[in-house]
Amino acid sequence: MYDDYFELAGRSFRSRLIVGTGKYRDFAQTRAAVQESGAEIVTVAVRRVNITDHNKENLLDYIDGEKYTILPNTAGCYTAEEAIRTCRLARDAGVGDLVKLEVIGDPKTLFPDVAATIEAARTLIKEGFKVLPYITDDPVACLRLEEMGCAAVMPLAAPIGSGLGIRNPYNLRIIVEQAKVPVIVDAGVGTASDAAEALELGCDAVLMNTAIAGAEDPLVMARAMKLAVEAGRLAYLAGRIEPKLYATASSPLGGMIR
Amino acid sequence: MTARKITIELNGEPFAIDAGVRLSDLIERLQLRPSRIAVEVNRSVVPKAQYSSVSLKQSDKVEIVNFVGGG
Repeated sequence: MYDDYFELAGRSFRSRLIVGTGKYRDFAQTRAAVQESGAEIVTVAVRRVNITDHNKENLLDYIDGEKYTILPNTAGCYTAEEAIRTCRLARDAGVGDLVKLEVIGDPKTLFPDVAATIEAARTLIKEGFKVLPYITDDPVACLRLEEMGCAAVMPLAAPIGSGLGIRNPYNLRIIVEQAKVPVIVDAGVGTASDAAEALELGCDAVLMNTAIAGAEDPLVMARAMKLAVEAGRLAYLAGRIEPKLYATASSPLGGMIR
Repeated sequence: MTARKITIELNGEPFAIDAGVRLSDLIERLQLRPSRIAVEVNRSVVPKAQYSSVSLKQSDKVEIVNFVGGG
């Protein structure tokens, strides 16, 4: 597919789909869905180990850190401090310095706390992290995060896990137009057309978890999302026609039989 | 002779260990693979190379984390 690479934090990827690993039935299904999606970047969460269950399998036994870029998140963090601690631990676990920063502001909507996200990003960037912030679809917040040195901005399409699709395509267009770092739509995608739309708008990639893991058949949906992201990207590169109100004939107007 | 016991806080719960136990001993006792975890003692990350040089003290707060499924 041309020589079209997704450049992120100094690395090149073929896939523009980033997938999460939560909510699957088991690790085997997680691995199968990741494979079907074609994703090269995979998000994971950081949690306390289960100290009573010694032989518990580990996610990384199924998702090979040599093959995939592991992107730890700070999901569940409500303060900058918690998020920073989580990132430091994640880096020490040995998967590199790329982090998905999320500082949640409200448990019902899971919308980000923009001020706390900016505060955490500042410290993390100083400490050498490559920060990918989950943020509202607010062009100014995205601009501030980019100016600070974030490696990408990740505006939400709709609330996490909602499947509502792209609620504000106009804001995303503004964010894409002004951004000099990759724009990754993070959260809210429900089905394949939502993913395609994000790429058609010019976003560089899409990150999703629930849309695949929560589908009746996650493996088939993973494949659908892979194709949707590819289709959306190609449509964006191809340059779509301008929408207009009235018809334009596709067949020649002359040469009609009379 | 029985070693003196101390209590640390491990992942938020009281946990009894012998006095003088090192972080690497604790990790071994818990049968955790160092390559799969990260450790904080009193809110500071302990790099893997230092697991065997850190001795745990009474009331130390130890957090041991790993990666789990998430978005």
